Amino acid sequence: MLDKGKLHKGKRLLAIAVTSLAATAAQAQTELTMYYPVSVGGPLTQVVDGMIEQFEQQNPDIDVNAIYAGNYNDARMKALAALKSGEPAQLSVMFSIDVHELKDLDAIVSFDDVVETDEERQWLDSFYPALMENGKVDGTTWGIPFQRSTIVMYYNKDMFREAGLDPEHPPQNWDELAEMGQKLVKKDADGNVERWGAMIPSTGYPYWMFGALAKQNGADLMNSAGNETYFNKPEMVEALQYWKDLGSKYNVMPEGTIEWGTLRQNFLEGKTAMMWHSTGNLTAVKNAADFDFGVAFLPAHKNFGSPTGGGNFYLFKDATPDERRAALKLVRFMTSPEQAALWSKDTGYMGVSPAAYETDILKQYVAEFPPAAVARDQLEYATAELSTHQSGRVRKLLDDAIQSVLNGQAEPQEALDSAQNQAKRILSRY
Amino acid sequence: MKRLSWLHAWLMLLPALAMLMAFTHIPALTTIWHSLFYPARGSEPEEFAGLDNYRMMLDDDVFWQALNNNLWYALVTVPASMVLALAMALWVNGKIRGRSALRLAYFTPTMLPMIAVANIWLFFYSPEIGLFNKVLGWFGVAGINWLGDTDWALPSLMLMTIWKEAGFFMIFYLAALQALDRDIYDAAALEGASRWYRFRRLTLPLLMPTTLFVLVNAVLNAFKLVDHLFILTKGGPNNASNLLLYYIYENAFSFFDANYAATLTVVLLAMLILLALLQFGVLERRIHYR
Repeated sequence: MLDKGKLHKGKRLLAIAVTSLAATAAQAQTELTMYYPVSVGGPLTQVVDGMIEQFEQQNPDIDVNAIYAGNYNDARMKALAALKSGEPAQLSVMFSIDVHELKDLDAIVSFDDVVETDEERQWLDSFYPALMENGKVDGTTWGIPFQRSTIVMYYNKDMFREAGLDPEHPPQNWDELAEMGQKLVKKDADGNVERWGAMIPSTGYPYWMFGALAKQNGADLMNSAGNETYFNKPEMVEALQYWKDLGSKYNVMPEGTIEWGTLRQNFLEGKTAMMWHSTGNLTAVKNAADFDFGVAFLPAHKNFGSPTGGGNFYLFKDATPDERRAALKLVRFMTSPEQAALWSKDTGYMGVSPAAYETDILKQYVAEFPPAAVARDQLEYATAELSTHQSGRVRKLLDDAIQSVLNGQAEPQEALDSAQNQAKRILSRY
Repeated sequence: MKRLSWLHAWLMLLPALAMLMAFTHIPALTTIWHSLFYPARGSEPEEFAGLDNYRMMLDDDVFWQALNNNLWYALVTVPASMVLALAMALWVNGKIRGRSALRLAYFTPTMLPMIAVANIWLFFYSPEIGLFNKVLGWFGVAGINWLGDTDWALPSLMLMTIWKEAGFFMIFYLAALQALDRDIYDAAALEGASRWYRFRRLTLPLLMPTTLFVLVNAVLNAFKLVDHLFILTKGGPNNASNLLLYYIYENAFSFFDANYAATLTVVLLAMLILLALLQFGVLERRIHYR
């Protein structure tokens, strides 16, 4: 059977194709290729495609080829492989913490080198300073925040009520997390745990969660030049001990490592009353939760704290001046207050500038759904995510140390000493 | 005349030889070459390192652990999947009802892409919501943190690998079983040989060429099949399930250290060549080809 609607649609598409073909002939078309990652749940690729489409409509002379490239690691790998093999790529969204390595590889240009007018220079300062920490090196801007997050605590208010806790008072500090967690643990007749009090994921990005605990304990993992780490400071050892204690002493969390990829499902199925996770998961949780949930700051010890996380826009070096200008235009569009607001609403990632929260879209959304502002409010206590030269290697040292402690293979002090010594050796060249 | 046919032979071999050179031998040689340099920094040229990368490897605990894991991984998954494959092949080779369906069922794991399967198994293994712990729960056994416990992560990977591989090897055994000459079995039956005796003295020896083929493939796969690690454990916790090829990948693409990755690749390559020589050299002589 012939579908008339489809036929019309086909004709329309053809018409668009013909006009755009004519347009191509009329004006020089700038083609841009960008890679971008998705690391949380939800149909984020559709959101990006929608934004790109809108940009192309507004800028008929620019043709954008946006390629979804897996997680952060994959995206970086694909973009760099494309560059190496001579395929064009003028910009990409990549891990904000890749900045030192991308610089070392001589793959990117700074935004300061591309902006021309005063207005553009001002634009560089329009984002939340905490989100720029991972994008700036020595005062020069290399990354513009796009899909940025902090870690927040999701908690199940129904379970809080059931356990006799105040659902509007999530744990404010480490002691409360342990105490309330214990009240929230539920066991069956045989003594097997049916529901855990809390879960902090320890695969995928263990160093990220640890960065939060460290910051709460008043310490940063590294310096901003990315050539020194502080893994075995007493604050770090204490933080890792607390993480381990949540499992082995307070028994509010399973022992061993907790899988990042299945944690959201665990929370949605009521297997844990609280979880620490990226705010980028917020919309996915909101859409799927059939219970009353809340979002809170991560608990404090000395103070509140969370690292920022997520992806920044980078401009690749290997591009013509025209392409660079077009790429800048695209970045400005994608991070403009209206787009950032839409993006934040659709995903849960943060609106990257204060102006984004001044838009009607986010004002209204935050009024309806206050959790949407938690990540932003937490920015005040945020710090940079672990980012150094040879980031991958250094990160793995810390990840391995954390996992060995959570699995009871090593004590926090010795594991962190060893990670620190090895990191120091690697970073001694920089 | 003779020289002409000699030339003819080389010409016939040329396309295959060219492909082998381009995609196997030359990359292998450049890998060895790359392993002798320090990683490039920015646009500076690479600096010659001699054997430094190899020295670094000998000091690298993660390398030793990955190697150790990989040997255990091979030692368990290769025999287990082969025995299982043979058992399944014997079973579906018999005259039983619904054997086509059964064959298909055994072969299904092979047809599914590893990454897709791993994503499903990730949820099987999940301690709270997973299938395995639910089944254990029915028997009153406390759940296991399959992928999150250093003692269980590697065995969990092995289990999935065996499940995935056995069906594939079964196909080869099944094909071989069907090609066996029934007359020998009839003769053996006349002589009054027991079923076990027939299996041991006829079927097994006659299947030896297939066994060698399967063995070579299984050993190779034990070193080169790491797709599921990306989804299930990423080599963790604390490298408890890290395997050589995955570690090579990490070095090349997470750490941007193509040179150290090349060094590890050379070692892996040397090991595989050695293993292949061993298998062909030792076993081939004991195999009876018809």
